[in-house]
Amino acid sequence: MALLSFLFQSKPKTATAAKERLQIIIARERNGRTGPDFLPALHKELIEVISKYTKVNADDIKISLDRQGNLEVLDVNVVLPDA
Amino acid sequence: MARIIVVTSGKGGVGKTTSSASFSTGLAMRGHKTVVIDFDVGLRNLDLIMGCERRVVYDLINVINKEASLNQALIKDKHCDNLFILPASQTRDKDALSEDGVEAVLADLIAMGFEFIICDSPAGIEHGALMALTFADEALIVTNPEVSSVRDSDRILGIIQAKSRRAQSGGEPVKEHLLITRYSPKRVENGEMLSYTDVQEILRIPLMGIIPESEQVLHASNQGNPAIHFKGTDVAEAYEDVVARFLGEQRPLRFTDYEKPGLLKRLFGAK
Repeated sequence: MALLSFLFQSKPKTATAAKERLQIIIARERNGRTGPDFLPALHKELIEVISKYTKVNADDIKISLDRQGNLEVLDVNVVLPDA
Repeated sequence: MARIIVVTSGKGGVGKTTSSASFSTGLAMRGHKTVVIDFDVGLRNLDLIMGCERRVVYDLINVINKEASLNQALIKDKHCDNLFILPASQTRDKDALSEDGVEAVLADLIAMGFEFIICDSPAGIEHGALMALTFADEALIVTNPEVSSVRDSDRILGIIQAKSRRAQSGGEPVKEHLLITRYSPKRVENGEMLSYTDVQEILRIPLMGIIPESEQVLHASNQGNPAIHFKGTDVAEAYEDVVARFLGEQRPLRFTDYEKPGLLKRLFGAK
């Protein structure tokens, strides 16, 4: 039985994986291209302002712009250190 | 009206120069006065693919720097009377390729009555590639059915849409055409390779042609004759189809279906 399934197993269709991966990465890169270019500057200034008042790591501030239908959602996520 | 066409891809080694050589040859064989320009300063190879490497005296940068006239630098193709090659410089720094200089050379070529000006872009997205696409009216995006090539093609499309003269001046956008090269219907059939519909679905630009993977391409470059000259081969016919479609003819897609070899073929191992 094991021999049979070895003989007749279908080869993995890697092209499907390639297509899915490409669709995701290209959609993301296109968004970055068409989106506003103030994000990096905003990110930098936010880090400066927040670190003036609290001690945060630059890596703990995440900022992203997502599209939901007609809305653009600016998502700023700050992880404050334990007091 | 002259048309300036950039042949570009982002990624290297996908067949830009091979395609530039066959595409420009095909246009010339149909009677159109055509020039093909190598923009790969420092790594020129179009001359080798066209088989005119020993006749290069002056190059694009010499013309830009006014050290030679266009007539001195243009090399007449060995097969086609109305095809000319403008080689890239092998020694100069690529920053010598100034935007004003390129614009002036293109204007002179148009004034000389060239109908088609093919700009063979270097790989990458650096200065040389930008100069090749800046003045384009149309773009032939050469893509292999493979993840890195498809991603880089999308990147270069973004650059064309942002940095070309047409985009900057807010005029009619650069007309984009997809050219899929090194296509293997057998591997697509087996689910090992992206199909042309997959690639087209991802890049979302009109398909101009499919060039099958073929041993003939290496034979052609070995001899310095563009692949389109090898009459009767799949590659030559595929490039002829591309040229015909570019000139407005309707041609069905070929070399996209895999035919399983028959029993005899399998037994006697046809190539």
